[in-house]
Amino acid sequence: MDPAQAVVVRNMSMTFGGQRALDAVDVSIRRGEIHGLVGQNGCGKSTLIKILSGYHHPDPGGELEIDGLPVKLPVRTGSASELGLSFVHQDLGLLPTLTVVENFRAWTISTKFELFIRWGRERQLTEEAFARYGLSCDPRAVVGELPAVQRALLAIVRALDDLRVYTKDDESRGGLLVLDEPTVFLPRENRENLFEVIRRSVTHGSSVLFVSHDLDEALSVTDRITVLRDGRVAGTVDSAATKKDQLVEMIIGKRLEAFEAIHREHTVGERSHVSVDGVTGGTIKDVSFALNEGEVLGLTGLVGSGFEELPYQMFGATPANSGRMTIAGIEHDLATMSPPDAIKAGMGLIPADRQGAAGIGSLLVRDNVMMQVIDQYRPYRLDRRRYLRGAEDTLKEYDVRPPEPIMDFQALSGGNQQKVVLAKWLQGGPKVLLVHEPTQGVDVGARLQVFETITQAAAQGMSVVCASSDYEQLAAICDRVLIFHDGQIMCALVGDQITKDRITEQCYVSRGTLRPDTETRIPA
Amino acid sequence: MNQVSTGTPGEMLPPVENEPQRHRKGITLGDYVERFALIIAWVIVIVVFSILAPESFFRMQNFTTMLSTQTTLVILALAVLIPLIAGDYDLSLAANLMMAGMLVAVLNAEQGVPLGLTILIALGFGALLGFINGLIIIIFDINAFIVTLGTGTIVTGLVLWISSSRTIGGVSVWLSDWVVVNRLAGLSIEFFYGLLLCAVLWYVLDFTAIGRRILFVGRGTNVARLSGIRVGRVRWGCFVAAGILASFGGIVYTGTAGAADPVSGGTFMLPAFAAAFLGSTAITPGRFNPWGTYIAVYFLVTGVTGLAIMGVQSWVQSVFYGAALVIAVSASAFVKKRREAAAKL
Repeated sequence: MDPAQAVVVRNMSMTFGGQRALDAVDVSIRRGEIHGLVGQNGCGKSTLIKILSGYHHPDPGGELEIDGLPVKLPVRTGSASELGLSFVHQDLGLLPTLTVVENFRAWTISTKFELFIRWGRERQLTEEAFARYGLSCDPRAVVGELPAVQRALLAIVRALDDLRVYTKDDESRGGLLVLDEPTVFLPRENRENLFEVIRRSVTHGSSVLFVSHDLDEALSVTDRITVLRDGRVAGTVDSAATKKDQLVEMIIGKRLEAFEAIHREHTVGERSHVSVDGVTGGTIKDVSFALNEGEVLGLTGLVGSGFEELPYQMFGATPANSGRMTIAGIEHDLATMSPPDAIKAGMGLIPADRQGAAGIGSLLVRDNVMMQVIDQYRPYRLDRRRYLRGAEDTLKEYDVRPPEPIMDFQALSGGNQQKVVLAKWLQGGPKVLLVHEPTQGVDVGARLQVFETITQAAAQGMSVVCASSDYEQLAAICDRVLIFHDGQIMCALVGDQITKDRITEQCYVSRGTLRPDTETRIPA
Repeated sequence: MNQVSTGTPGEMLPPVENEPQRHRKGITLGDYVERFALIIAWVIVIVVFSILAPESFFRMQNFTTMLSTQTTLVILALAVLIPLIAGDYDLSLAANLMMAGMLVAVLNAEQGVPLGLTILIALGFGALLGFINGLIIIIFDINAFIVTLGTGTIVTGLVLWISSSRTIGGVSVWLSDWVVVNRLAGLSIEFFYGLLLCAVLWYVLDFTAIGRRILFVGRGTNVARLSGIRVGRVRWGCFVAAGILASFGGIVYTGTAGAADPVSGGTFMLPAFAAAFLGSTAITPGRFNPWGTYIAVYFLVTGVTGLAIMGVQSWVQSVFYGAALVIAVSASAFVKKRREAAAKL
């Protein structure tokens, strides 16, 4: 037993339906250490954290030790803070309409039986905790009105305070604070404040496991970093002695690229078709790009980079603050864009939320697929027979299985739901199709069909914008991929550059070096 | 979704897609029973009361009275139905109905305004109230339930004001003639107004693109919005249409009684909702629909009439309507869940 080790994970494995999400992972975190955990989507980071929080039951054989004491696995849910584990997740878990004190003391207030809540004392306890970690925040403020960084700080200090229940009786204990990407939605300028609190927290003897996608951030905050790749530990490095490139290489690993080069057969037209100029809104800051006829353009980046907001802004689903878009010579103001205008302009949008935004689960497939074209069937005296036949033909054309219009949309499999949604938009022959995560929750067979449908439509001149964090998918269908960071385009990959690993690498590497990509700018 | 979460991608050969043959068009016996359960229940109620009170209940006159005099409730229930399909509650419709009835009475009997004009004014008021409801709900994006509860209460107060809290009679007999006195096939003419309105609403909802859009909006507001449907306009239009319909109900109500009283119209609100929800378990189960609502109204009326004939005290009427609403809502939720569960198989 090594007193310097706060948390030791040994030989931890996790299998989901035959697939190993974690494979004999060893991680040890020293007392008073800020330990980074990085890796691609699906590398096993979240699985590991969910094992620690008791959400997943790991395979037998794994061991977990906290402050020298073995912990029985699976971790009993709800007992995490007794064991010395405390978590802050991306969503922070705060109640925005309540005050700071109410949030800070929520757990204690709601679980301890007291006839009266002594608000004065609660406020005092809150202020004491804030002082301990150097957080200045009015306990009476409403959480939803605090700046984003303050909210994150509040969540972190609350989690640290939970740990004190565990550490106060025994000086030798430190406990572990797990920060699961707490900075994703924070403005970059103010993050330093937050790191200060994190650094201060470890001087009290606790340790921090810092999960992040942002490698610069991880390198600057942490003492050591463990890299996970495909469910295994790719290595643990000293942050001070490691360069970002080395980290990226560890994240991606050396793989055969040939496998990924799925050939794109169609050719991009010469004519510029769509140009988007100076879009600002949400995370997106002054983004411009052009799109040719028949081009499939990928938008990607890490979580929080804002790439997925663009299709919705172009479509007017979530209006941008400013920006212009020209389609086939007609200019549109993106600040006042609305879905009906977008459709009139020749656009279609396939949102990622298939049941909540793309199709209506409780309605028939017929009504879902025909929503756009219903006016073509005698709107004031619906030709129901022709309407039904039209639906049937469309379902057959797009290979929806079963091609049965009289069944609820929600009864279809994910892949077939997506085919219905594609059919709904493509039968109107849009000039521009915007798609967001088109193959999420879609089985492999249908995934290829979706790719084929999209590339075929592009081959006939339709332009496609595909926002996705599925790099393999982007590599398979895109002619060009724009990589976003902090709401801006950081680089563009074209042609042979578009491979899964190149995209991954650029997502991690490209930041801080804004080079206005002349290629993606529209000529004045 | 379920197929996707398990197994490695390589193992997932094209999954169970060809199999769901049982989703074929075929309508099972169970579906038929579900569709016509309300009618069956109605028949049972009639049979039970006929056995219990063969002398008074099971008489032609009783049936013609039941069919003839409940048009007001039919119309109000149909009015309630329209915003419900678009996903909104309109609680101001009963007040709207009272106001329309009272406007006709006050203007015609007390101010001497020609009846035709008063009818137009009443309908105009209904449209205006619907328009204002929509304005507040759509433009300021406020919950329809609360807004219409408020506007309905305001209008209820205004009804008391313009009537000085009195029942106002002396309305031109022409109105009564064309609502209740004139008969067709032994039934008051108003019965056919209700029937005709139900048929028109059914046509609009099922056989026009606008009707489909209302359904899209009610079922998936966000999907409808992203599909280019102007969701706000559709909902707004539904409030206006419901307002006009409710005010027509008010005119019929005044015609039925030959007078307008400032309170009794309010008692229609609950049975109207009960009928709409009960109706959603029938004909096209899981969906608010005009014919289901129509049948539900007469089912409820039959129950209440039967109880009254049995000599049960009048407080039972409230108990009956209230219970019917709770049961109807539970049943429609049950039907919906069952359909969803069936869809997931």
